[in-house]
This record gives sequence, C-alpha cells and structure tokens, in this order.
Amino acid sequence: MTWPEMQPILLQGTVDTLYMVGWSTLVTVLGGLPLGVLLVLTDRGGLLANRAVNKAVGTVVNVGRSLPFIILVVALIPFTRVVVGTSIGPTAAVVPLSIGAIPFFARLVETAVREVDHGLVEAVLSMGGGTGTVVLKALLPQALPSLVAGLTTTVITLVGYSAMAGAVGAEGLGSKAITYGYQRFETGFMLATVVVLLALVTAVQLLGDGAVRLLSRRERAT
Amino acid sequence: MITTTGLTKVYRSRGRDVTALDGVDLHVREGEVFGVVGRSGAGKSSLIRCVNLLERPTSGTVVVDGRDLTALAGRGPRAGAELRRARSRIGMVFQHFNLLSSRTVQGNVELPLEILGLPGRERARKARELLGLVGLADHARSWPAQLSGGQKQRVGIARALAGDPGVLLSDEATSALDPETTRSVLALLRDLNRQLGLTVLLITHEMDVVKTVCDSAALMRDGKVAESGTVSGLLATPGSELARELFPLGGATPAGEAETGKETVRERTVVDVTFHGESTGRPLISQLSRAQGVDVSILGAAMDTIGGRQVGRMRIELPGRREDNAVPIGFLRERGLTVEFPEAAGAARAPETPETPETVEKTR
Repeated sequence: MTWPEMQPILLQGTVDTLYMVGWSTLVTVLGGLPLGVLLVLTDRGGLLANRAVNKAVGTVVNVGRSLPFIILVVALIPFTRVVVGTSIGPTAAVVPLSIGAIPFFARLVETAVREVDHGLVEAVLSMGGGTGTVVLKALLPQALPSLVAGLTTTVITLVGYSAMAGAVGAEGLGSKAITYGYQRFETGFMLATVVVLLALVTAVQLLGDGAVRLLSRRERAT
Repeated sequence: MITTTGLTKVYRSRGRDVTALDGVDLHVREGEVFGVVGRSGAGKSSLIRCVNLLERPTSGTVVVDGRDLTALAGRGPRAGAELRRARSRIGMVFQHFNLLSSRTVQGNVELPLEILGLPGRERARKARELLGLVGLADHARSWPAQLSGGQKQRVGIARALAGDPGVLLSDEATSALDPETTRSVLALLRDLNRQLGLTVLLITHEMDVVKTVCDSAALMRDGKVAESGTVSGLLATPGSELARELFPLGGATPAGEAETGKETVRERTVVDVTFHGESTGRPLISQLSRAQGVDVSILGAAMDTIGGRQVGRMRIELPGRREDNAVPIGFLRERGLTVEFPEAAGAARAPETPETPETVEKTR
C-alpha cells in the first residue's frame, strides 16, 4: 500500500473514531457525573445517606466495570438496535461505548468528589445552602481539576474501546487496522494506524494535563 | 439570644452509644461574647454544631433569636427551607477557614449572598463592603491560597457576616493561628461585637481567648457544663475552676504535698488570694503582716486585665497549720478578697505528680 492509498482510509478512520469518542464522551459525562456524585451523597454520613440506593448503584457500577468491553459490545447488540435502529456503524458504537465508560467515569468522579474537604460542605450548609447548592457550588467546582484528569483518562480509555468496537462492526481506526493491517497483512498500514492512535492519545493527554494545570493554578500560592 | 435547654447528643458508633452532650443548658445574652472552653472531647464542637443544627440534637431544644430551631428541623436528616433560612441568619467561622479554593476572595464572600438569591451587582457591592470591614478591601481578587492564615480567617469572618446575622458562631477560629494573628482576629471579633451588636458564641481550648474577648464563659467536661457565668463573676467565685485556669499561679505546687514522708518540712499553710475590684489597689498583704504579726511568704503572683477589669492573684504561705491561721484568713476575707486553699486541689491531683525530692526543692 502506498501513502496516497493509505491516506483517505486513515482520514476516514480518524474522523469516525473522533465521532465515536466525541459523542460517547458526552453521554458518559452526562451519565457518569450524576452517578458518581450520587455514590458519594448516598454513602454513610453523606447528605443523602441511603444504604439501599448506595448499594444498588454501587453494584450496577461494579458489574459494568467488571464486564470485558468486547463482551459488553456483543451483549448490547439487541439494545443498540432498539436505540439507534442498527448495530453497525459509528453511531451504533456510541451506545456500548457510553455504557462501558459510564461506570468507569462514575468511579473516578466518586473518588474526586470524595476528596473535597467535608469542612466546605459544612460551611455551605451553615450559610443555609441545601444539597443542590453543596453539589453545584462546592463539591463540583472544588473537584474540577480531578474531574478533568478523570475525564482525560476516560477519553483515552474510550479511544481504546472504540478500536475494540471496530472489531464487531463499528467504523474507525480500529476497524481499518483490522481490515487492512491484520487481514491483508499490510504491516505499513498497521504501523500508520498505530502512529495516528498514538498522536491522538498524546494530544488528548496533553490537552487534559494542560487544563488540569490551568485549573489548579489558583490552588497554589502566587 | 441563644438558649439551649437539656441539649443531649448521643452518637452511635459500632453499636455503642457515645454521649457527646449530656443535658446542656446554656444561655447567651444578646450582644455578649460567650466562650465555651474545655478539653478536646468535652463536647464543645458538638455543642456549637447543635446550635445551628449542623448536628441534630438527640433531645433538648435550641432557641436562637426567639426561634426554636429544633422545631424547624423536621424529622429527616435534610434541612427544610425554614431551617435553611434560619441558618443564613447565623454566621459561622471555622478553625480551618473552609474557604473554597475554586473561588476568589470576593467569590467566597459572595457565596452566601448567592444562596440568599441576591442579584449579581448587589452581591459584588455587599462583598466589597464586607471585605472593607475586615480590612481586606485590596484582596478581593486574590485566591485564598495567596493569603496568610489570619487573612483567610478574616475572609471567613466577612463571609459569615454576609447574611447580616445577629449571631456569630466561632468554632476554634483562632486555634490554627499564631499568637499575634490570634490577637488581631480576636480584636476584630471584639470590634464587630461592639459595632454591629453581634452576639458571639465561641468555642476554644485556649484560656487566653476567653481572657481577651469574652464577657461570659462556660467550662465543659464530659458533655456537661461544669461551670458558667460572667468572667468577672467567676473570678470572684471561690473554688471556681475556670478562674483558676484563666489565671494560673505559675509553678509553685501546693506545699501540702511535701509533708508526706519528709520530716524536715515545717508546718505551713498555702493560700491563694484573688484581688478584684477596688481591693487590687490596696496594700493588704503588708497590712496583714503588720496587723496580725505573721510572716507572709509570696510564692507566686500575677496581675491581669480580664474582661476590662483589673484582677490580681497571689499564692502566699503562712506559718502554722490551717487551723492556726483562721484569724489572718478572716482578715483577708473581710477585706473582700477571695481566699482558697490549693491543698484540696493538690491532694486530688497528687497521684499525677510524683513526689520526687526535686519537686520538694522547687516548692521551697
């Protein structure tokens, strides 16, 4: 395979991967953030302490975390069909990608939020704030640098998951690498996809680290 | 302004009940600075958190500014709208400041105003005014991490004042600060108390705090109020533990201890004398010596201003047994002094202080 032959395929693969990762990141944040906060709030001593809810959410998250992603993709095919209408293509892949990443991100959110000093919660309560105020004005803003770091890890995990999803019908760099690099023995192409993925992951990591640095600057003196 | 009645708080931990507050009755009058002192674990922290119901009392009532907060609390663990509104009228400052590092100094002061639902421009104006009041007008745009401990506590105080509270709760507000900063923060609290007529309830383990700013004080032990009253009243109370702790008399251990097993020790009586009011100005010890013909040895003495009044305390030694000294002691009591015998307290403490020859030396 020559470079002019590879180029459009790589480009199409990259666009599809970005599409899948982008949408599933959005869904993951929308699902994982409330779930992670709920895990902290319902825990013992939390503002909404509720053993039953905490146990239930914790179990769902643990089951989600322990299923190998490739199994999850296959198991979710009927569900994906109901939601998107098809189980093939990048849009269909967003469903298992999000469902696989939500529990992962929820745990990272839980850890980040739990690290916020309880004194700040007390301060907001003493001003007459309710649970919603505590979450929106204290817990999430204070945890923001850790949340962004967790999101970076999640996005990189999603890039990896999207390549796996490529094996079972999603498009993207993973599927191109399998079709051209593995099944047609195009070592050159395989190398090229590895380079693109590496660049992608590095860019995400650098971007995430930069954001965390910017956000935590205010927490250091001067 | 703040009245607690039969306040009890029991925590369950690992199946065992721990009683943090055991029937606390406290009365803080409007416009005064009231200090609650006690060792850690005495229940001070639970007490102050029960006042704004950050902790739910197990039983008893809390009335702040005429409102029974315990009745507003409802049954669930969450605070209803009425309790939240009542809390916004009670300011609270914390030992570790509890400022949001994600907000600027001004942002921190604006937070309670956001909760109260003030519009943005109004919030900014009020926050700047409050920062001016605590002497931090120039630091509105700084981040909390850029401030010193004393400045952080000033921001904490400005924030606590945002809801125009009638009551300020101070949870060990100066315990994390160095002595000089402590003094300036206490002076600020004193000023706010006077300027705004703010009632302040503070808990502390530092007697100096009580000495510097408090009008009244209570001593807590094992979840109970062991003593309470106005500071000057306590100082005039014979046997008051708070008075003794407010005004300790240095290293001289009571001589009574030295008697055991030491034949060389001569018989003598150690007496603690407290001068207050006009008696501080009179030469009573030399009058005693002349009128009664007794030799008085001074073991320790101190003068201080407590709650704006001059107070003196002196530990003296009289020759002879306690029974022999009824006349000189009567002489001092007649002249308005508080006379106490430290032996009693010394005997109770005796097992803690091993009677080595060195301590005996020091005593003499």
